[in-house]
Amino acid sequence: MPNILVFAEARGAELRKVALEAVTAGRALADALGGGEVHALLAGPSGIGGKAPQLAQHGADMVLVCEHAGFDRFAREAIAATLAERAKAGYRAIVIPFSAQGRDLGPRVAARLDAPMASDVISFAAAGDVITVKHPGYANKVIMTLEVKGAPAVFSIRPAAFTPAQNVKGGKVEAIQPAADPSAERVTVKEVIEGAKGKLDLGEAPVIVAGGRGLRGPENFKLIEDLAAAFGNAAVGATRAVTDEGWRPHSDQIGQTGRQVSPQLYVAVGISGAIQHLAGMRTSKTIVAINKDPEAPIFKIADYGVVGDVFEVVPALTESIRTAKKGH
Amino acid sequence: MKIAVCIKRTPDSESKFRIAGGGAAIDEAGLKFDMDDFASYAVEVGLQLNEKQGPGETVAIGVGPDAVQETLRKAMSMGADRAIHLKTDAPVIDGIAVAKALAAEIKSGGFDLVLFGKYAFDTSASIVGTATAELLGVPCVTAASKLDISNGRGSARREIEGAGEMVEFALPAVVTIDEGIARPRYPSLKGIMAAKKKPLETKPAQIGEVRVSVKAMELPADRPPGRIVGQGAAAVPELVRLLQEEAKIL
Repeated sequence: MPNILVFAEARGAELRKVALEAVTAGRALADALGGGEVHALLAGPSGIGGKAPQLAQHGADMVLVCEHAGFDRFAREAIAATLAERAKAGYRAIVIPFSAQGRDLGPRVAARLDAPMASDVISFAAAGDVITVKHPGYANKVIMTLEVKGAPAVFSIRPAAFTPAQNVKGGKVEAIQPAADPSAERVTVKEVIEGAKGKLDLGEAPVIVAGGRGLRGPENFKLIEDLAAAFGNAAVGATRAVTDEGWRPHSDQIGQTGRQVSPQLYVAVGISGAIQHLAGMRTSKTIVAINKDPEAPIFKIADYGVVGDVFEVVPALTESIRTAKKGH
Repeated sequence: MKIAVCIKRTPDSESKFRIAGGGAAIDEAGLKFDMDDFASYAVEVGLQLNEKQGPGETVAIGVGPDAVQETLRKAMSMGADRAIHLKTDAPVIDGIAVAKALAAEIKSGGFDLVLFGKYAFDTSASIVGTATAELLGVPCVTAASKLDISNGRGSARREIEGAGEMVEFALPAVVTIDEGIARPRYPSLKGIMAAKKKPLETKPAQIGEVRVSVKAMELPADRPPGRIVGQGAAAVPELVRLLQEEAKIL
């Protein structure tokens, strides 16, 4: 029975949500191939092994714990070497999140193993020994079905495409050593400049409140932040026009050349809905749009549109959301 | 510095796409193709580094069918000194295969720095740059939003989820470039004329076995048509009711 190796992503001592998604995806792939085991590789500083039970609950038959002080910061070369070394034990596939870390690791592992690779996968299918995957290309405008031949193969999975599912497995822990010294990276991390404390990442937040040029200036993003705070589980995003103006950091940009997101709820405030922007958010489950121009293209795809002045509608909505949340 | 910039030719990202007859490719009729946006940032970064630090050489490299030559000429019209076309019969979707062809060419080129876009619009895969670095055995920084090079060392900023990562590395290295790092220049008339005389070398790409292939392409399902709930703040109670009762979000 072919087994699947999964990279369980952590940042410092914290397990990331994409780790559980990757284990869930690995489980789905293993089952499609006939029910092999899922082994999750968890690398981090001393104590990271404490996160192993979470991986077992989501379908990991075995957790390979690799603790080293050098994993306090992202050690791309050592993790890639360790994944590739372990993969030589005979896995059918290696599943990695298509996150900032994963985008860095996947191609390294594939090149080291001379394995074929497909990126940003949203679903798997297997027929006999052939794995096919779906991958959105052309900025989400075209869904490709790719056939990937050869074992092992490397797959990176789109964040939020696989919902972490409870599926309790043994999760036997095996301690392993890094295959390269994490303290001897050729690319050294000098500093990690954290965003605001407790800020949710756009790729992980269930709700996104995004602002466009209709907000007229950076100071008015307070309205967006207040609405996000009222939801309590929301991240703040922006259009390219806004980040180009420097009203918000570049990392907040949602769109074809920025982040591509699929939250449960997307609230577009003062956003006209340029194709560039829609490409980054059209796969959101529910879309709310607030804009003063009834002809704005965003209203063509918004499940719920409110035509009106954002400076009047948004504070009223923030107040109502606060009240609604209190009632629960 | 001797800098290689690996570029890709992709269709205009604002296009409306249709699927071609066989169901496994996009219909190219009426599409405008040009240098990929991220590749154009990489070309600009390479040119600026050599302009600031000179003397140097900037070499544009592209993999694909003959049409790639047009894109390589554009890179030379922006200021690249010469170009190398690694020719294939058809576009190759297998990123690892493309990386092998590029690594085979770049290996003996004596480059200090190899630049890529962080991904290309069409395949949206982020594979080729990083895999090429691994095959060359050199350090790699992905998705750099800032890049400085001095005395054989580089420093860069990368955007990661919710944070910025500041990294340092030694040359030779591969760096993949994020947008916003530099505004790509438009080729001047003089540049376009000069590019016609610059050397463009064509050789077969060492692609090897292709293990990833496109079986089907489809357009994503349309969203249901939009609906206006109401006007102004008066529409808020109805909006909240719909979010609670219909969308079941709150």
